[in-house]
Amino acid sequence: MSPALHLAAENATTEHRALIITLFAAFVVATLLITVWAGRQTKDASDFYAGGRQFTGFQNGLAISGDYMSAASFLGIAGAIALFGYDGFLYSIGFLVAWLVALLLVAEPLRNSGRYTMGDVLAYRMRQRPVRTAAGTSTIVVSIFYLLAQMAGAGVLVSLLLGITSDGGKIAIVTLVGLLMVVYVTVGGMKGTTWVQMVKAVLLIAGTLLITFLVLWKFDFNISALLGKAAENSGHGAAFLEPGLKYGVSGTSRLDFLSLGLALVLGTAGLPHILIRFYTVPTAKAARKSVNWAIGIIGAFYLMTIALGFGAAAIVGPETITESNAAGNTAAPLLALHIGGTDSASGAILLAVISAVAFATILAVVAGLTLASSSSFAHDIYANVIRKGQATEKEEVRAARWATVLIGIVSIALGALARDLNVAGLVALAFAVAASANLPTILYSLFWKRFTTRGALWSIYGGLTASVVLVLFSPVVSGKASSMFPDADFAWFPLANPGLISIPIGFLLGWLGSLLSKEEPDRDKYAELEVKSLTGVGAH
Amino acid sequence: MTTDAPPPPSGPDTAPAQPTAQAFVRMQESPEFGELRRAHRSFAFPLTVAFIAWYLLYVLLSNYAGGFMGTRLLGNVNVALVLGLAQFATTFLIAWFYSRHAAGKLDPQAEAIKSRMEADA
Repeated sequence: MSPALHLAAENATTEHRALIITLFAAFVVATLLITVWAGRQTKDASDFYAGGRQFTGFQNGLAISGDYMSAASFLGIAGAIALFGYDGFLYSIGFLVAWLVALLLVAEPLRNSGRYTMGDVLAYRMRQRPVRTAAGTSTIVVSIFYLLAQMAGAGVLVSLLLGITSDGGKIAIVTLVGLLMVVYVTVGGMKGTTWVQMVKAVLLIAGTLLITFLVLWKFDFNISALLGKAAENSGHGAAFLEPGLKYGVSGTSRLDFLSLGLALVLGTAGLPHILIRFYTVPTAKAARKSVNWAIGIIGAFYLMTIALGFGAAAIVGPETITESNAAGNTAAPLLALHIGGTDSASGAILLAVISAVAFATILAVVAGLTLASSSSFAHDIYANVIRKGQATEKEEVRAARWATVLIGIVSIALGALARDLNVAGLVALAFAVAASANLPTILYSLFWKRFTTRGALWSIYGGLTASVVLVLFSPVVSGKASSMFPDADFAWFPLANPGLISIPIGFLLGWLGSLLSKEEPDRDKYAELEVKSLTGVGAH
Repeated sequence: MTTDAPPPPSGPDTAPAQPTAQAFVRMQESPEFGELRRAHRSFAFPLTVAFIAWYLLYVLLSNYAGGFMGTRLLGNVNVALVLGLAQFATTFLIAWFYSRHAAGKLDPQAEAIKSRMEADA
């Protein structure tokens, strides 16, 4: 635990613990009620996997935003801006631009030609068993990495905000998060998960809007004055408003940021928990609308993090922030406290609201990730590989529920084991795998008639292996004080993000595997997939 | 790219009658579908290349052209901030531009093909 708890501001945090816990409990109770209500309406496989495909474009856009804006975005980006100024903002932009790939190339064709999972589209014209196995593997790997980062993040966040520092306390928090996500998914299925994500998105936007308004008000809505004060307080002067403080430290760090940017932009449209959201609306047109709403909501949110981040630098100041958490993760909650007044009730209330919003954020995201991985396990691996398409819908959904419990147990165990490791890098790894293994395979499947089973297997396994191996031997895992295992050193790959190398490998292998295939591509099946994906003929 | 048909009633996830494999192959080879494919690809592909290039240009400028990015324009607002906000603006603009193209050019063609094939099936 950081020494910051000794500061007055941090003591205020601990004092107002009861208020934070009350608000958080209110969120949990409300979402559990929604989940039970949604569970009563979940009757068949399409309800469980796709929420009955009854959500509107706006509802789904809101849920996508709730699924996508993780605690890493909310707390991480605000903190990065507060400490590194412009570079924190630079980081947020890739997350938004990425949605155009989903809009222009992926969302509508996927909605038209798939049913429940990413594997539906990847295996459409291929040999089912090997490609489903590969798609399931990659879905589960991406989701577990992402999930683990969120679980560990929950432990850190709670210890910071509630002052719980004991090992037992952290394990209890991770277990609670794991249990809640299992209940959301097994009871509520996609319907329950979608509503939880919508509620969370509304809370997150409302909370951010309130703090943004208060920050701008304090500076008479003069952005330049806010920037000036932030730069002055940062101790970096004008450099705080220019690129370079975080990513421009060395030649390697610049290359690393390029690699990260590439993975962010190309990874989003390959994240399985995002892709399955497109099945929750009735038509491809509604899928397009949902991406448009998501772009608007997520864009507005990242614009507001500018005010949050620079506001925290200007109002709280970097010393107070780093003393509380070296990575800056508490910048947004501290800003809420300071802008309301550290000694006043309004400060305490704002802090409690923002902290509860951060918990809600984690819960909604982990539920989406759990659903994506258990759906893929049940639909791709159990139903189509193990049972060779002979499982009934009931058996499939039962398998999905058991898979959820299993994933819950595994993530609680891993999250508890990793509670003191720095696993923040795993989110970037999830994006890199999605960009290197999933996106090439999706694009080739939809748009390249000569793509074959071997091509699909090579791009999935090749992109997946390349990203994981490169990260394993990167400073993310060993060799640095900030590594997951700081005491070991087996790193030879200099970049923290593998995208620059692994994304071209994924694309190249998909192409090469197809050229070197002995089997001819299935022309009839491609005709079916192409016509369906562009027109929605016979879509579920 | 598809229809405004009312959502199927809640219940079993039944897809509408599926056309035959030959019908799909015939449609794929038809000039009508060729036109739809062209209308989608000739719009979406170049635009995708363009916005990725524009984003990478922004990243490269941030990485390697610090002096230029630090140029002050108005008060404390510099080129870097304006270019960053421009990424937001172009993202919103491209989303709107594509949706307009899809609604005007792609949806009518896709709907015509879909209703004809489903009627024949």
